[in-house]
Amino acid sequence: MTLTSLFAKPVVVNLGLDMFADDITRQGASAIRMDWAPPGGGDPTMVAHLRALEEPALAATIDEANAEAFARITSAQPVLTGFGPAIDVVPGMTATTILHAGPPIEWERMNGPMKGAVTGALVFEGLATTVEEAYEVAGSGEITFAPCHEYGAVGSMAGVTSASMYMHVVENKTHGNIAYTNLSEQLSKILRMGANDQSVIDRLVWMRELFGPMLAEAMTLNPDGIDLRLMMAQALHMGDECHNRNVAGTTLLIQALSPYLVETSFSNAEKRAVLDFVASSDYFSGPTWMAAAKAAMDAAQGVENSTVVTAMARNGVDFGIRVAGLPGQWFTGPAQQVMGPMFAGYKPEDSGLDIGDSAITETYGIGGFSMAAAPAIVALVGGTVDEAMDYSRSMNDITTGNNPNVTIPALNFMGAPTGIDVRKVMETGVLPVINTAIAHKDAGIGMIGAGIVNPPVEAFAKALTAISSSYTA
Amino acid sequence: MTTHHTVKKNTYVDSVSLMSISTKANQIEGVTQAFVAMGTPMNKEVLANLDLLTDELDAATGGDLMVVLEVENPDQLDGALQALEDLLARKNNDTGASQTRYRTLDAALESDPDSNLVMISVNGTFAAREAQKALNGGKNVLMFSDNVSVADELALKQLAHSKGLLMMGPDCGTAILGGVALAFGNAVRRGTIGIIGASGTGSQEISVRVHDFGGGVSQLIGTGGRDLSAEIGGITMIDAIHALDADPETEVIVLVSKPPAPEVEDKVLAVAGKISKPVIVCFLGSERNESPYANVTFVAGTKPAALAAVLATGVDESTLDLHSLNWPLIEEVRAKLNPEQKYIRGLFCGGTLCDEALYAALAKFPDVYSNIQKDPAYQLSARSASKAHTFLDLGDDEFTDGKPHPMIDPSNRLARIVTEAADPEVGVLVMDFIVGFGSHEDPVGVTIPAIVEAQRIAREGGRHLEILGYVLGTDLDTPSVAEQIAQLEAVGVTIASSSTNTGLLAREFVAQENN
Repeated sequence: MTLTSLFAKPVVVNLGLDMFADDITRQGASAIRMDWAPPGGGDPTMVAHLRALEEPALAATIDEANAEAFARITSAQPVLTGFGPAIDVVPGMTATTILHAGPPIEWERMNGPMKGAVTGALVFEGLATTVEEAYEVAGSGEITFAPCHEYGAVGSMAGVTSASMYMHVVENKTHGNIAYTNLSEQLSKILRMGANDQSVIDRLVWMRELFGPMLAEAMTLNPDGIDLRLMMAQALHMGDECHNRNVAGTTLLIQALSPYLVETSFSNAEKRAVLDFVASSDYFSGPTWMAAAKAAMDAAQGVENSTVVTAMARNGVDFGIRVAGLPGQWFTGPAQQVMGPMFAGYKPEDSGLDIGDSAITETYGIGGFSMAAAPAIVALVGGTVDEAMDYSRSMNDITTGNNPNVTIPALNFMGAPTGIDVRKVMETGVLPVINTAIAHKDAGIGMIGAGIVNPPVEAFAKALTAISSSYTA
Repeated sequence: MTTHHTVKKNTYVDSVSLMSISTKANQIEGVTQAFVAMGTPMNKEVLANLDLLTDELDAATGGDLMVVLEVENPDQLDGALQALEDLLARKNNDTGASQTRYRTLDAALESDPDSNLVMISVNGTFAAREAQKALNGGKNVLMFSDNVSVADELALKQLAHSKGLLMMGPDCGTAILGGVALAFGNAVRRGTIGIIGASGTGSQEISVRVHDFGGGVSQLIGTGGRDLSAEIGGITMIDAIHALDADPETEVIVLVSKPPAPEVEDKVLAVAGKISKPVIVCFLGSERNESPYANVTFVAGTKPAALAAVLATGVDESTLDLHSLNWPLIEEVRAKLNPEQKYIRGLFCGGTLCDEALYAALAKFPDVYSNIQKDPAYQLSARSASKAHTFLDLGDDEFTDGKPHPMIDPSNRLARIVTEAADPEVGVLVMDFIVGFGSHEDPVGVTIPAIVEAQRIAREGGRHLEILGYVLGTDLDTPSVAEQIAQLEAVGVTIASSSTNTGLLAREFVAQENN
C-alpha cells in the first residue's frame, strides 16, 4: 500500500470544525472548507435511506436515470399550438369535473380560497345558480374533483378549471406530450385567488365568449405555433424570472399573437377590448410559462430509477411533489405560509397557505430558481440583489444540471438549475425556493401579496423513503 | 422572571460555535439563563433537567436550533433576543476568508480533484456516512468524530483497506502527514521516524520526545482508540505499517497503544515482524516484553519509545540529554512532605498521559484509583471524591458531558485542583498542559490562579503541597513549551520533562524509599 501523495502533501477537505482548517492554513497547507448541515434534518432514518441509495451500483443507476430525466426536461420543446375549451381539449374532462391545483384533496378539506374558486366555477358553469347553492352542489358527490396535474394540466393559485374554460394547448414537439392551463384573469379579485362575486363570474363569461375564442381563432392562423422555450429564454434575458415577473414575457407573447389577432373575424372594438385586457396586467403570460414547464416536466415522468422531481404543487392545505421514477404517486407535507410584502391593509395572518401549480416553473428551473435573472423584483421577495444571485446559485446544490437553453446573464449565463434531486434536497437540507403570490385565507377576497416560500421537508422525506424502499428492493 | 422559548426550524449551528454563543448569551444584560443548542436528545435531556423543556422544544429535531432565554424582567426580553440574534448572525457571516464553502462532500471533492484527505469532525451520527462517501470517492479519511458504532467502524475500515486507503479513526485526535499536523498535533521537526498510534496524546507525546531528542517525524498516523480491539482487528494499524514500510522517508516505525486484544496484538506483531524496518512497540500496560521478531523491540513507556526510535536511526546515545530522573530533587521533595501526605492526585487532560502516570504508580502502590482503572474495585466515577492515589482522565466522556475536551478548555479542571489541595493526605498534585494545534491557546495561564489558590490552602493547613506539571509541546509550538514552563516555574511548580518522567517523579515524591 502506498500513499505517496498523502505523505508528500495532504490536500484536505475539512468537514467539521473550522479551527482544524485554520490550523492547516497556518501551516501553509490548503484546506477546502465546507458549510455542512446534518443530512435529512438530522433524522437517522433519513440518513439510513440516503446511505442505502449510495451503494455504488445503485447510485450509478440513479445518476444515469437522472441524466436521462434531465436530458428530457432540457430537450423538450414546448410550443403553443392553440386554445380551446377544457371539455374539448383536455382528455378525460367532463361537464361535472372540477380540476384544482396541487395534490388530491376532498371538497371538505379544501381551504377558503379553493372553496371560493370551486363554488364560483360551479356558478359559472351553470351547475349552481348561487354561490350558496354551489356549496351544496360541491359537497353533493355529483362533482368529480381531481388535480390538474393528473389531467396533463396545471392551474395557477386555486387552479380551479371547469369544462367551458379556455385552455392553452402546449405541445412538446420533442416528446409529443401535451400540457394545458387556463387563461389569466389578470386582476387580483379573481376566481383563482378565491374570489367569486358577480364581477368575477362576468369576467369568466367574457373570457369564454370573446377572449378565449379570439385567441383560439388567432392560433388557427398560425400553423407553426409559438416556440415557448425560446420566448421564455428571451424573457429571462429581459429581466423576468417567468413566475412573479412577467413584464417581458407578456410583451413578447402578445407581440407574437398580435399579427394573428388582427386577422381574426372579430370586430375592432372586440380586438381592442382583448388587447386592453392583456395590457391590464403583466401576468397574461404567467400561465403560459406554467404550461410550457409542465410540457417539459411531463416528458421526464416515468423515467425508471430517477429521483428527479417532476412536479411541485400545492392545494392550499398540502404541498405535494411527484418524482420521475415513481409515476402516479404524490408525496405531501403541510402547505407553508408565504413570506413577503402584502397589499396595504393586509397582515400576514390574513394570508392563505401556499397554493397553486405555479411551482411547476421552479420545478423546471425558472421562477425562484432563476431569481438572479430578475433583480427588479428582489423587493418582492424581501431581499437584495446579492441574495437573488445566491438564491439561484444555491439551487445548484439540489439540482441535476443547468439547462443550456435557458440561461441567466448576470450569472455569466449560467443555465437555469434544473432537475431537483430528492436525494440532494434531503442531503443538504436546502429546500427549493419558490416565488409565489399570496391569496387571502377566506373565500371571496383574492390576492393580497406576493413573496417566497419553501416546500415542507416532509414531502421530500416521504419521497426519499419511497425511493429508498422501491429502488433498493 | 420571564422565560422565552423558540425553535428555529432547519437552522444548523455547529456545537463549538454554539458553546461560544451560549456563553456570550449568558452575559447579555438582564439574562439570567440562556440556552442555545441543537434539538438533540441529549440537549433536550439537559433542558428537562433544568425544568425548561416545553412540548414545542421537545418536538425539535437534530436539525432545529432551540433557544431558551430567561430574563429578570419582561421588558428586557426584546433587547436580549435581539442581542442573541446578533450573536447568531455573526456566526453566519464569520466565514473567515472569502473562500468558497461547499454544502456537500461531493461538491467539495469535485472542486479540487487533487484532494487526498477528508477530515471529519461532525456529530458521530452523521460521520460514518460522510466517511463512506469520501472512501468511495477515493479519498483517505481522518475521522475526529466519536460515537460511531463498531459495525460502522469495521465496515469503513474494510472499505478503506479494499481501496488501498487509510481510515484514521473514528476518534482519531491526531496525525502528522507530509509535515502538516492535523487536528491535535505539535510542531515537530520532519525526519525519519514514523509513528502509528491508537492513542492520541500518546502519539503526540512520542512525536514531541522524538523532536526533543533531535529526531524528526516522517508521518504520524492515528488509528482511533478502538482499532486494536478484537472487533476491528487492527485493520488501520496494519495498513499503516505497510504504508510506512513503503514510505521512503520512514526509517523506523513506532507503534503506540493501550494494550491491544491479545489476538490482535499477535496479528499486528506478525505483520511488524515481516517488514524490513525496525519497529518499536509501546503498548502501555502490556505485560509483554520479549519480542519473537528480530526487528521488533518492546518498550515500557513513551519516552523509552522515542529514545529507542531515535537510537534506531543511528544516533549515538552519549550525545543525547536523556533527562534521567532527578534523584536529588526527589529527596528534596520527600523532605518537604509530612508523613500524612502519602498520596498522588493526578488531574490529566491527556488520556495517555494519565495512563502512563497511573501505570507508574501501580508498579509501586496497590491503592490506585481512576476513572480509567480496569479493576472495578478501583474505579472512580466523575462524581466521586478522590481517594488514596487518584488519577483522573478528564477527557473521558463522563467528565466532558457535552462540555469541550479539556485540551480545548482546561478550565473544567480548576475546581478540582482546589478541592484536592484541601485534602491533608495529598502530597503531590500532578497536572498536564497540552499545547499545539487544536489545543487551548494558554492552558497554563488559565490554571495559574487555581494553582496559587491550592498552594495557599496547603500553606494555611501548615503543609507543603508539591505541584508537578508537565507541558506537552515543543519549542516550535504556539505558545512554546518554554513560555508555558516559565509561567509554572514563576509560581513554584516543579516541571517534569516527559510524560514518562511525570509518572515516575510523582510516584517517587510520595514513595517512602528508593527501589
